[in-house]
Amino acid sequence: MKTAELIDRLSIAPSPPARFKPGRWILAASVGGAAVAVAMLLAWLGLRPLGDAARAGSFWMKAGYGAALALSGWALAARLARPGGRAGWAPWLILAAISALAVRAVIELSAAEPGHVPSLWLGDSWTQCPWRIFALSIPILLAAVLAMRRAAPTRLALAGGAAGLFAGGVAAVIYGFYCEETAATFTLCWYSLGIALAAGLGAALGPRFLRW
Amino acid sequence: MEARLKALMIQGLGGDRPAYARLLAVLSGYLRGYFGRRLGPSAADVEDLVQETLLAIHLKRETWDASLAFSPWAFAIARYKLLDHWRRVGTRRSVLLDDAGDLFAEDNPEEGAVRRDVGALLTSLPERQAALLRDVKLTGLSMEEAAERGGVSVTAAKVGVHRAMRRLIAKVADEDR
Repeated sequence: MKTAELIDRLSIAPSPPARFKPGRWILAASVGGAAVAVAMLLAWLGLRPLGDAARAGSFWMKAGYGAALALSGWALAARLARPGGRAGWAPWLILAAISALAVRAVIELSAAEPGHVPSLWLGDSWTQCPWRIFALSIPILLAAVLAMRRAAPTRLALAGGAAGLFAGGVAAVIYGFYCEETAATFTLCWYSLGIALAAGLGAALGPRFLRW
Repeated sequence: MEARLKALMIQGLGGDRPAYARLLAVLSGYLRGYFGRRLGPSAADVEDLVQETLLAIHLKRETWDASLAFSPWAFAIARYKLLDHWRRVGTRRSVLLDDAGDLFAEDNPEEGAVRRDVGALLTSLPERQAALLRDVKLTGLSMEEAAERGGVSVTAAKVGVHRAMRRLIAKVADEDR
């Protein structure tokens, strides 16, 4: 086919068929993914007593950290879903969330008795926490990647990584309904590791599944 | 240049067919120059990439945000198609240092040779259908000749071509959504 002919054919219907709402698509798809993650949590680990959770500052700290990273990942994914999309403010929110938690961790560590430090850092569940968050993030990540396949990202690993950051953040919030760890230091190390694993998986899946 | 292209794009998306066709025609000249500088102007792949990029720009046109500049968006698609091409042919090169201005460095309105054409779309079809479609629609064989080449009856060839076209249209419409 000649290029001129192709142009003729393409210009038969120049108006776009639909509005492009990648952020909304990712959210809509992730509701299903998050429901699967919640079901996984209930079937596998159960819930901590919710009244205690709501009164515990540590629950809100962990949920806030996960939510801030999820929001950054979501905004980043929605922006990178367009050709030539730029990161915008999302990296600053990531930095702010990590810094805020790091400040809390430093305050907590400097106030602690020397013998108490390992428990702030390792808690009771450091060997399980990152893997659990990573496992819970997988259905959310798959849903987000499926939604992004309708879009047109041009930096595939970065776009996939953003979807993974979003999924990891949401998974961290969900895991908080089970996890009874209270230390900021613990959260900074092991929650971050679980979320980073999710982002890494997203970055690995991106070049394979987001091509168009 | 940016202002002119952006105006054409806005008119095109608003339903103005001649403006949209002019936009694609102008872009094809720049794309030919852009790919030609990177692959060698005589490479048969240049025209394939021009067409693939035009098609991608068309299929993904709703991803352009009218509040942003047009050329960085179009350039990102061209660059993406170039990297994709290099990945397919197995060479590793980097185009990270380019910027959108590169797209306008050279205009080449002359059409080059086409080999793979909209081959990317054709590869999504079963081999037999793709071969029929290639013979009839691209090579320009008659239905009888194509049937003979494919070793099937003329009726079967007609049905095959019809199905292949329907599949392609469905695929394009699907990507449109």
